[in-house]
Amino acid sequence: MTAAQATGNRVIGAMKVSLSWLNGWTIGTVFISMLALMPIAAVIFLSFTPTDDIWSHLTETVLPLYVSTTLMLMVGVGFGTLIIGVGTAWLVSMFRFPGKRIFEWALILPMAMPAYVIAYLYTDVLEYAGPVQGLLRDLFGWTTKRDYWFPEIRSLGGAISMMTLVLYPYVYLLSRAAFMEQSICVVDASRALGRGPYQSFFLVSFPLARPAIIIGVSLVLMETLNDFGTVDFFAVSTFTLGIYDVWLNMNNIAGAAQLATVLLIFVMVLVFAERYARRKKRYYHTTTTYKALPKYLLEGKMKAVAFVACALPIIFGFLFPAGILVGYSFIHYETAMNAEFLGNALNSFILSSVAAVLAVAIGVFMAYGVRLRNERLLKIMARLASLGYAVPGSVLAVGVMVTLGAIDNGIDGFMLDSFGISTGLLFSGTIAAVTFGYLVRFLALSFGSVEASLEKVTPHMDGASRSLGHGAFSTLRKVHLPLIRGSILTASMLVFVDCMKELPLTVILRPFNFNTLATFVHQYASDEQLGEASLAALSIVGFGILPVIVLSLAITKSRPGSRLGEQV
Amino acid sequence: MKSVKLSLKMTTQVLCGAVMAVTLQTGAASSADEVNLYSARQPFLMAPLIKEFTAKSGIKVNMVYLKKGMLERLKAEGANSPADLILTTDIGNLNNHLNADVLQATKSSILEANIPDQYRHPEGKWYGLTTRARIIFAHKTRVKTGEVTSYEDLAAPHMKGRVCTRSGKNVYNVSLLASIIEAKGEAAAEAWAKGLKANLARKPQGNDRAQVKAVFNGECDVSLGNTYYMGLMETNTKKPEQKDWAASVNVIFPNQKDRGTHTNISGAAVTKSAKNKANAIKFIEFLTSNKAQKIYAEDNFEYPVKAGVALHPVVRNWGTFKADDLHLSNVAKQRTLATKIMDRVRYDN
Repeated sequence: MTAAQATGNRVIGAMKVSLSWLNGWTIGTVFISMLALMPIAAVIFLSFTPTDDIWSHLTETVLPLYVSTTLMLMVGVGFGTLIIGVGTAWLVSMFRFPGKRIFEWALILPMAMPAYVIAYLYTDVLEYAGPVQGLLRDLFGWTTKRDYWFPEIRSLGGAISMMTLVLYPYVYLLSRAAFMEQSICVVDASRALGRGPYQSFFLVSFPLARPAIIIGVSLVLMETLNDFGTVDFFAVSTFTLGIYDVWLNMNNIAGAAQLATVLLIFVMVLVFAERYARRKKRYYHTTTTYKALPKYLLEGKMKAVAFVACALPIIFGFLFPAGILVGYSFIHYETAMNAEFLGNALNSFILSSVAAVLAVAIGVFMAYGVRLRNERLLKIMARLASLGYAVPGSVLAVGVMVTLGAIDNGIDGFMLDSFGISTGLLFSGTIAAVTFGYLVRFLALSFGSVEASLEKVTPHMDGASRSLGHGAFSTLRKVHLPLIRGSILTASMLVFVDCMKELPLTVILRPFNFNTLATFVHQYASDEQLGEASLAALSIVGFGILPVIVLSLAITKSRPGSRLGEQV
Repeated sequence: MKSVKLSLKMTTQVLCGAVMAVTLQTGAASSADEVNLYSARQPFLMAPLIKEFTAKSGIKVNMVYLKKGMLERLKAEGANSPADLILTTDIGNLNNHLNADVLQATKSSILEANIPDQYRHPEGKWYGLTTRARIIFAHKTRVKTGEVTSYEDLAAPHMKGRVCTRSGKNVYNVSLLASIIEAKGEAAAEAWAKGLKANLARKPQGNDRAQVKAVFNGECDVSLGNTYYMGLMETNTKKPEQKDWAASVNVIFPNQKDRGTHTNISGAAVTKSAKNKANAIKFIEFLTSNKAQKIYAEDNFEYPVKAGVALHPVVRNWGTFKADDLHLSNVAKQRTLATKIMDRVRYDN
């Protein structure tokens, strides 16, 4: 063989490799990832535009505080949601105790409460001028603030509590879905080997559910990082608050983008560190023997403990604040109850539904695309594409605007040069722009939960199906989708509820004369007049709850083999 | 299997229906009888004004309410931006738009007649519409007459543990500090911020209204706030307890013996990309008319920029005052430094 021939063979070999990339799943996954990455890239691009140096000022003054506050907030909310979320999920999926059937779905309810709303409501109740401290002063005869100690609600601790109360359902939902997808055989084996239910939990169920739990907690942490409303209201100096300060008060969007980029790098390091930590471990369901999980009946004291443990998060995260909102809306109902109200509600509902369906469809497509081609680069791209969730909303909105503006003006310029036709702005300031923003932001929710669930389906399933002559799509449809149905429903619910609450992207990207319930609430809440917006706030919660309940019931039914179990 | 097929089909239906419904409902066009507005002022505040304008002129006003991101949106949309004009509060915001070159010069004899010189850009790149003063609320009995008469008094040792304010990073507090930098220099301003921080009764939190509530409840004796918050509390029938908060304090216009009380504006400007420039100017002219100025004054208890427009009785009741006559454009230039000083004295922590 001559050298030329060898080179030729190598070229052909290389071509084969590159050609094999050209299948629909791979191209689609790469394309979607690129699209979702553009706004994030735009933010990074902005950070390179020349500007005054903010770093020397920040490092000398508030940056250490931003960093430490943010880390403490993350640790607090992370642990809080982990304990409440996994604990309650384990209780309702493994045990029988009074109220279990209601807790199963009611534990999700606090998710419908926007964090800034619950922060506002609790401040009214718990601040110095509020009824609780007033009552204490009356009871004990205290007259001034110096006479007694009471925890300050507008503080880091307050922010941790508020966020934990409304964010734990992410962990709950994902770990419950994971517990329910677990084959009973592993639990049986553990019990047969002499482990009790508690040991089985820590030795078997918890490690098996680890990918899902990690996804849940990382979603919570990303929400915590991008929160502005709560930390602003409580004046807790987080990194995100710093980003807004540099942007709006120092009028330095490039500096703000630099800070946002640092935040992104931090998140990337976290994500990849976690991946690295479990690089060799795979968590497959090894058998397909499903039957209804036998529920251990709790007795006596444990019954009461389980009941209280499940009831408390619902009371403090939902019933109590919703009750206050109902009270306010009686006073202020005519502010919200006008002709626009139904239109706003409809806008919220439709927009959130569309975004949820699209996000889940794209999430499934990408997660399956990544699975089909076990390629590192593809995985990294897909994961980068879900970083939008960690970027503070208004900053991401700027990234979306820069992206769409460049596309629109590029097309306009091209059409004008070539054909003398001005196309103007095609995407900017449209519903499509808002939907695109939602997708970029919430892809992490859909892709994350679907990927976590797909990971647990053993590749033998793919092999069996493919060898029986089914193609990739047919295998997805007939094998994977039915197996991961619970996670798909969970993902769509997460995205739906998050879109209902979403504020900064909607406000900044929306077209003229377009309102949602959230933007209606915003015009009052931005000046701390939540009373006037209480009915709309309540409607966000209400509209958020309906699908939550419906889907939750569907998820319970979605467990593979659940019907089989009922017959037994 | 069946359920998956069904949901796929349903998905398509929902998608098509939804996209149609939403696109039919919105869609802002630019025709001769419209004007497109990006507003940082709340819709509930603008609604009566817009209604009056449309009834009078036949021009439809399309609006997006957004505070953060307005400038970035205008920049990203560029020459194709549909926005004809912007409405915003605080000179800082107007100045940022001016510096980013997204505004255009306009000329209108009506606006020149209605708005005093210091409240409009010399080339008509922005126009002030209303003013608001940053004042001191002092408890009626716990603060003795003459104890607090200036911003400087708030930072003096005798006020230790008696002052409440909102976040030092709030746009109004940043502008106030910027005005002090402009009047007395950086070092004096930093000393003032440090002194004020040392006198705080509690960590900065809440809005201006929440500070008066704290004074009412005995957490502190004095607070800083914009004038209109007083009007909103005094007349709040929905939450009558706010009338009690307002009744517990005196309104003090600071620095009457020297430079005057810090006063800021809300304003409007025509964008560089305006397709309906004539309508945009008409709208701003309308906003400076007697009728609109009265609505502004009555709905949100602000001071009209136009001379001779009657004040709301509640506002008139606070008395007349001397406003700081520093040029607002110069104050705006000190905002970045003011923000940094707030960081340096760790005002919020």
